[in-house]
Parts: sequence; C-alpha cells; structure tokens
Amino acid sequence: MSDRIFGGIGLVLAIFFGIQATMIEVAFMSDAVGPSVFPIIVATIMGLASIYFLVKPDPAPDWPQAGRLAEIGFAVLVLFAYAQLLPVLGFVVATMFAAGYLAWRLGSKPLEAVLVGIGTSVGIYVVFRLILGLSLARGPFGF
Amino acid sequence: MELLSSLGDGFLVALTFQNIGLALLGCLLGTIMGALPGLGPSNGVAILIPLAFTLGLDATPALILLTSVYYGAMYGGRISSILLNIPGDEPAMMTCLDGYPMARKGQAGEALALSGIASFVGAFFATWGLVFLAPQLVKVALLFGPAEYFALFVLAFATLGGISSTNQAKAAFAAALGLGLAMIGVDTQTGVPRFTFGEVHLYDGIDFLVAIVGLFALSEVFIFLEHRGTDKDSSTGPKVQIGRIIPPWSMVRSCIPTMARTSVLGFIAGVLPGAGASLGSFISYSMEKRLVDRENTFGTGDPRGVAAPETGNNAAAGGALVPMLALGVPGSGTTAVLLAVLLALNITPGPLLFTNNPDVVWGLIAALFIGNVMLLVLNIPMIGLFTRVLMVPPRILMPIVAMISFVGIYGISGSTFDLVVMILFGIGGWVLRKLDVPLVPIILGTLLGNEMEVNLRRAVTIADGDYSVLFGSPLTIGLWSIAIIGFIMPMVAGKMLKRRMQLAKKTGEDTDLVD
Repeated sequence: MSDRIFGGIGLVLAIFFGIQATMIEVAFMSDAVGPSVFPIIVATIMGLASIYFLVKPDPAPDWPQAGRLAEIGFAVLVLFAYAQLLPVLGFVVATMFAAGYLAWRLGSKPLEAVLVGIGTSVGIYVVFRLILGLSLARGPFGF
Repeated sequence: MELLSSLGDGFLVALTFQNIGLALLGCLLGTIMGALPGLGPSNGVAILIPLAFTLGLDATPALILLTSVYYGAMYGGRISSILLNIPGDEPAMMTCLDGYPMARKGQAGEALALSGIASFVGAFFATWGLVFLAPQLVKVALLFGPAEYFALFVLAFATLGGISSTNQAKAAFAAALGLGLAMIGVDTQTGVPRFTFGEVHLYDGIDFLVAIVGLFALSEVFIFLEHRGTDKDSSTGPKVQIGRIIPPWSMVRSCIPTMARTSVLGFIAGVLPGAGASLGSFISYSMEKRLVDRENTFGTGDPRGVAAPETGNNAAAGGALVPMLALGVPGSGTTAVLLAVLLALNITPGPLLFTNNPDVVWGLIAALFIGNVMLLVLNIPMIGLFTRVLMVPPRILMPIVAMISFVGIYGISGSTFDLVVMILFGIGGWVLRKLDVPLVPIILGTLLGNEMEVNLRRAVTIADGDYSVLFGSPLTIGLWSIAIIGFIMPMVAGKMLKRRMQLAKKTGEDTDLVD
C-alpha cells in the first residue's frame, strides 16, 4: 500500500514536472533541442516508474507507530525553528537548544541533554570559529 | 616510466607539511566515522565537504583530506563489526561473519590487526591499479564526443541503481528525481529560468551539497530517532576483551593467498560501475569460502574469513576511484560524493583532468599511498583509541552530527533558505529509505544532470537536430548495450544477491546506506 501511495505521488509529480517543462518559455535564440526536451524525458521516466509502483508495489515497510512519527515530526519542527532562529539568537545559543533537544529525544537524561547541548555548541564554536575561523551566525551577543 | 615520473611529481605535491597534516587528520576522522555505526563513508565525507570548502582549502588539499576520510572509513568499518557484531558501514557487513566469532574466542585484537593488514594490502594494490588503469581509461575517454558522453551518463545511471536496489523501477525513479532537481534554475544554454516558480533563491539551482548533506547525514538522525529504544537500537552491545594486538606470523601467512586473490577481485568489483565496496567484500568472502573453506571453519572465526572481505572492500574502494577520476562517472556511492567535491571546487573530472590538472590527480594518488601507510600505523598500535570512541552512544553522537551538518551548509552560503532545503532533503531521505528507494542515483542525478543535458543538446545540435546521432557510432552503441544489460541484469541476478546478503547479515537494516 505504501508503494501505491508513493507511486500516486510520484505520478502527480511527474505530470506536474512534465507540464511545467512544456511551459518553459523559449528564448528567441535557442539550440536545436531547447530547454524543454530533457526535462520531458526525465518526467517520462519518472512517470513510468511511478506507474510501475502502482501496478506492482513492494511489500510495505514497517512504518513507525504514530508516537514515533510525531517524534520525528517534532524534531523536524525544532530543526526548522533552529534554521530560522540561527541568525536571530546567534550560533551558540540556538545550537545549545537544538543539540540539547535532539540529545534528550535520543534518550539522554535531562541533565545529560543539557550538557550535550552546551558541549556541542561550545565545542563547535571553539573548533570551527576560534581555531578554523569559519563564519558562524552572529547573534545579538556577538557569538 | 612516464607514469612513475608523474607519480614522483605527485609525491612532491603531497609531501608538504599541510598536506601530510590533512591526510593524517582525514585518516583519523575517517577511521572514527567508519567505526561508528550510523556514520559511514558517504555521510562522513558528505558532512566534511562543506567544511573543506568553507575553510578555503585548494583543490588538492581538499581532495587529500576527503579521500583520506574515504580510505579511513573503509578501515574503520571493521572495528565495530569485530567488537560489537554491528557493521560500522555496509561494506564491513561481511567482516562480522568471522570477525565477531574471533572476538568471542578472545582474539579480538588479532582480528583487528589482521583486518588492518588486510585492509592495507587491498588498498595498496588498488592504488597501484589506479595508477596503471586510470591513464589507459583516459586514452579511451579522449575519443569520446558529446554523444558518447551522453551514453556514458545513461550507462552510469542504468548500472548505479543496479546493485543497491532490488527494484529497478525505484532506482530509475531515484535517478529521474535527481535529474529533475538538477533542472531547477536558469538554463545554462538559453538563460531561461526553469522550475523556479519565481523564487529568486532557486535561480542558481539547488546546491548539490545541500542535497547530499540532507539526504545522507540528516536522514540518519531521523533513523536513529525512529529506532531509539527498540531492538534495532545499536547502543547496547556486549563488551569484548581486546586481547593481544599482534597476530602470530603463521596466521598472517595463512591469509596471504587469500589477500592476493581478493585484492584483484575487489579491485575489479570496484572499477565496474555501480558495484562498489559492498559488492567487493561480498564476492571476496563468497569466493574464498568456496575456494579454501575445506573444514567448514568460515563463520566460526576463521582468520581468512576476516582477511577476505576486508581486503575486498578496500581494494574495491580504490578501484571505484578509477572511473570517477578518468571518466567523471563514479562507480559507487561515496565516489559520487567525492565527485561532488571536485565539482564544488570547479574541477571537471574526466580525461581532461589528467592533462589540465596533473598536480591534482597525481598529488591525490600520492596522498592515497601516504594515507594508506598512515592508516596501517594508526590502526595497529593505536587500535585501543578507536575502540574507546565506539563507546560514544548515538544519543550524544547524533546531535553533534546534525549540528555539524548545519554548520557546514550555513558556512557555504550563510542563508537560512539552504538550511530549510537541507531539512526537507533530510526528511525526504528518511521516507525514501523507508521505501527502499536508493539515494545514490538521486545524488548522481543532481551532480550530473546539467552535464548530461549539455552533452545531449550539444550532440544533437552538432548533428542539426538529428537525434539518431546518439546511437550513431560503434562506441555509443557499445555503451548503450552495456547500459541496457546493466539495467536488466540486476532484475535477475540482483534479487538473488541481495537475498544472500540479507541472509548473511541477519541483524538489522540500520546501516542500509550504500558504501
């Protein structure tokens, strides 16, 4: 069943991609092939593969239980928030929270998670910013 | 002799203070990454690419660092196979079969040392193979025109999916997805934007580094979140005593014929497109079992059963560099990631690399020799250090991996948009891995997509819009035939092979990344 859904999504994606490809405006000077042909070939392959999943699906994988899916979903949300807050809070503070959260959800005790968060963030800052001179996001405190 | 003088020049390039330091750093990091379950060569190299890039390293030092990581990871994978019965990466899977039983018999140290020697032998011969074979392949490749290149790219896609997936439709889907992603951005030939939907960030395309780090490194974090606390959680394992770390000479000697045979076999497996190190170690083990296992000791801690797969996978790792450097078409997952390094450094791999940037090629090859000796030295006396690293549980390791991925990508562009795209690739990578869709064709598609299209358009434009030029020369017909055979054969043989590999590994599918 998973493969059927996957095939359906893939087919929609392929059709969408194919339609978009035909709608590419052609510049007034173009080569013999033009910018649409290759994307259309790609869309065709994708479409054919998707139809194959619809017709002949593999056995479904073991999807995690709802709780675990939520776990992954929350991690994704935290990472999205991290990406947005990085320039706002600065690297050290933002990373402390994100790394600590991940450590906690991967099974660390709360105290350990706090330590992992601080350690990861400060450690990366020292190695990459102070020693190697990489530019990391600067927050209001300058780090 | 011209080859040897080129190689000599390579050593002059490689033997600078900085390059030796980078090789040492790469070997250390590589061994650690290979040893830690959940971090393999491809995601290890993937995390480090943006860093090498943002540190402003030149092409040669950057490549030396990353290929040392690649070779190091091939060494490191065996450590957790032997001590914990968990392969550190997929090519090390076969090493569990005899390595863990040896460790249980109190011979862990000997197994580690022997496999270190075997790794050295395999990698050493493969690097020589690279020296001699790659320039020959370059001579063939210089005959290639755009039509041949297009056919070669098709061949790469047709065969790369082959071994890593039982379902060829999924490999084809993955390739199409990668190629489709490569199409996003301004068309290089006519300047019209494609698939950008008016989003300015998309005009210069999706950076393949963002895709690689998301798909390989970040998706691993999600896998660990999913498996935490279940029996697939690899953080629990019995402790094993190391024992003596120098194997008796008789044990090494008994393995010499095995190492000789599997070096050759592994190298060939590596050169062939789409096979890579996992296949190298698998066929090496199977062949040796057939040939020398008269008393049925394989699987119960036979030293030859440790030497065979380790020689095989390291030889294959070297062999996989041949098509990557000579043709610009990678032979395995990690070499696909290494190709990304070259492209990120604005170096076009392929036959011209050998004439335009001989310092890069030969410096790299010399660095492989140096790195290989370093790895041998690191891996025998200092093995205790690496076994201690294995004690770092994933709950501490994975947050670090995730954060370093972010640092690398943010370092390249300083844009939040790229981070968001990387997270999307991470979650996409997790779903695709659940569905058994191979990730390597996606990467290869994003890497080679534009080049492939350019060659198609160039070939057809030169022929005044005649598409038959794509099948117009004996060379193209040959490449197309190999591509078709390579695509169809795994449908028959691949299922069998995959099933036997599954049977062989028995435990978990945590490290289902390709080498």
